[in-house]
Amino acid sequence: MSAILPPAERIWWKQPIDKLEYTWIAIALVWSLTMFAMMIWWHIYGNQNLANETYKTTKEMFAAKTQAVVDKYTVRTGTAAEKEFPIVAPPAGSDIYLIGRLWDWWPIYELEMGKTYKLHLSAMDYMHGFSLQPQNINIQVHPNYDHVIKITPNAKGTYSIVCNEYCGIGHHTMVGRLYVK
Amino acid sequence: MATTYRICPRSGLQFDTDAEKLMRFHAVAGVLSLLVGGIMALGVILTRWPAVKLLPADVFYMVLTAHGIDMLIFWIIFFEMAVLIFASSTLLRCRLAMPKLAWASSWLMVLGAIMTNVAIFQGESSVMFTSYVPMQAKWHFYLGLILFAVGALLICFIFLGTLVVAKAEKTYEGSIPLVTFGALTACIIAIFTIAGGAVILIPTLLWSLGYIREIDSLMYRVVWWAMGHSSQQINVAAHVAIWYAIAAIVFGAKPMSEKVSRTAYFLYILFLQLACAHHLLSDPGLGSEWKVVNTSYFMYFAVLASMIHGMTVPGAIEQAQRLKGYNKGLFEWLRKAPWGNPAFSAMFLSLIGFGFLGGISGVMMGAEQLNMLIHNTIYVPGHFHATVVIGTTLAFMGLTYFLVPVLFKRELMFPGYAKLFPYLFGLSMYIVALVMMGAGTLGVSRRHWDMAFAGAPMAYEWPGAAYLMMGLTGIFGVIACVSGGLWILQIVFSILLGKKLEEGELRSTPIPLTLPAPTTGSHVHPPATPGTLVLALVFLTAFILYYFVNWKYLSSLWGLG
Repeated sequence: MSAILPPAERIWWKQPIDKLEYTWIAIALVWSLTMFAMMIWWHIYGNQNLANETYKTTKEMFAAKTQAVVDKYTVRTGTAAEKEFPIVAPPAGSDIYLIGRLWDWWPIYELEMGKTYKLHLSAMDYMHGFSLQPQNINIQVHPNYDHVIKITPNAKGTYSIVCNEYCGIGHHTMVGRLYVK
Repeated sequence: MATTYRICPRSGLQFDTDAEKLMRFHAVAGVLSLLVGGIMALGVILTRWPAVKLLPADVFYMVLTAHGIDMLIFWIIFFEMAVLIFASSTLLRCRLAMPKLAWASSWLMVLGAIMTNVAIFQGESSVMFTSYVPMQAKWHFYLGLILFAVGALLICFIFLGTLVVAKAEKTYEGSIPLVTFGALTACIIAIFTIAGGAVILIPTLLWSLGYIREIDSLMYRVVWWAMGHSSQQINVAAHVAIWYAIAAIVFGAKPMSEKVSRTAYFLYILFLQLACAHHLLSDPGLGSEWKVVNTSYFMYFAVLASMIHGMTVPGAIEQAQRLKGYNKGLFEWLRKAPWGNPAFSAMFLSLIGFGFLGGISGVMMGAEQLNMLIHNTIYVPGHFHATVVIGTTLAFMGLTYFLVPVLFKRELMFPGYAKLFPYLFGLSMYIVALVMMGAGTLGVSRRHWDMAFAGAPMAYEWPGAAYLMMGLTGIFGVIACVSGGLWILQIVFSILLGKKLEEGELRSTPIPLTLPAPTTGSHVHPPATPGTLVLALVFLTAFILYYFVNWKYLSSLWGLG
């Protein structure tokens, strides 16, 4: 008779289903399939799909590649709280490497609006969280994985990269910068 | 092996004495975990409230770790063990299988819970609930979790054994009740969950002891979430079972269709587990095909199941109320519901909050591309406070009001507070969940000590609205903590000092369940449920609008490919 007792009808699976209940199930099924299709549709027609291109790497190898880009394309040096950061402006289309480590993002890139770059992300110690603000693009950053994402900035300005994966006591000081001109 | 059976004079339920004691044990262990977790919640909320910023960073991260583990694991799983025992031994009116093993397992769970808490409060295991490698906790942090899980696993097997006992000793006729079916679903998911936990936590323990050199961070996240997310799916199965149970207890509601509700549970068993992918959508190294299929529970079949339960639970209540004559208009059945009965009001607020706040936000952030908007922001805890606090915890708290007289045989003290509590706690948690999601939409990070980035060389300034919403999180979070604390006091006072109620008859043999012969009434076509359908359509409209608003937001971002 009720949900805490065995079904009153022994052959409960032959009981007819209420018409309104059926209607709702049909609506819910259509909506479920629509949401499923939406993700696939966006892969074909949308402009914001997270790339899955990933390579195994080592901390040393990734640091060396980053250093090479910094050595080649540094345009000036910025200082923040007595720390010096190279400001790097690589040409459009190039591979740019960003290191997440305790507790900064290194280096600072200066990119051009409307141009596409191949951003490589990796961490040197713990996991970190790449959170580009105020855009609000959030990506998990792992040590020993080189994650390659094609990015095309669509507005000029100064952006911050907040770390949003807990990485120890200085986590809240881990904020980087990125310029788009 | 002899046990005794008590017939509760207030509910008519029959309790095996061992089972009854175990249920009380787990309910108390759960509420004590809730107490520790709740005090920690206050520390978390008062630190994240920008104007207060109570704790220093190291204490904050320790307190946050304890809050997550005590709430998400210990409180909920202890209580769920009581639910499993209730749904088997009590509802099927049979003896509990292997009571001695059940006691050993329960103490093992307590030992594990204490061990992990000790590790956390020693201060060197502030690795958060998720304990992502390569950040390392002390070995007893992992060992405590493993012991707790082993104990819980054994009780899952005792639950299954009790189903076998009931069948063999013919204590019921026909199929198991729907609520027991829901508990069986929770049990099957729990076994999967604990297996996943063992696969990742045992190597991690060995790593913390130095026997394994390295654990891959991506592999850890993939396997850990097979436990971490699935453990929250146990909650869904369990609290949906409690919704059905409370509807049955308060209204005598009969499921609209056994077939539909059981099929929906079966969809949970088949598909809910895939959702561990929700946490990996913004990770490198996993293919989009894998992400899309898993994050959608293979075409959203588990969402379909939840949408079915979300309709059939209020639908069953509407039918029961209409049969009682509350037939005027669309909503008289709902207006005339016992809003002063805390078991009902807690259950109904749990249902609405879980669907509107937890469900819609969960599906939105579980869409592969949309996840990038909120990954690791405070939107995520906003979502799961709607599911786990409003959905699960509030349903458990509502059920506890029923358990005080029935299981603890005491009269509830301060009944006036009981009337108020579901609204005070439930609605303040509604606001907390909403403003956390609001702040997360603006990008504010979760697990973050200081949104002003004190000491950072290049601080970022969040918009004023983000500060406003974090302030509101603080205010309503404190209201929720205090009202929850008063609830704990009320329950503890009632079971220690409340007026003793009549025990009921003690027998040495169980009385099997006899069903009344099907009355002519059950063949009458049950009343239609237009009110519930209207509520469901309001829900669907909100769902569709919110879902597409977020795609619009995503389309404004930088090109990514």
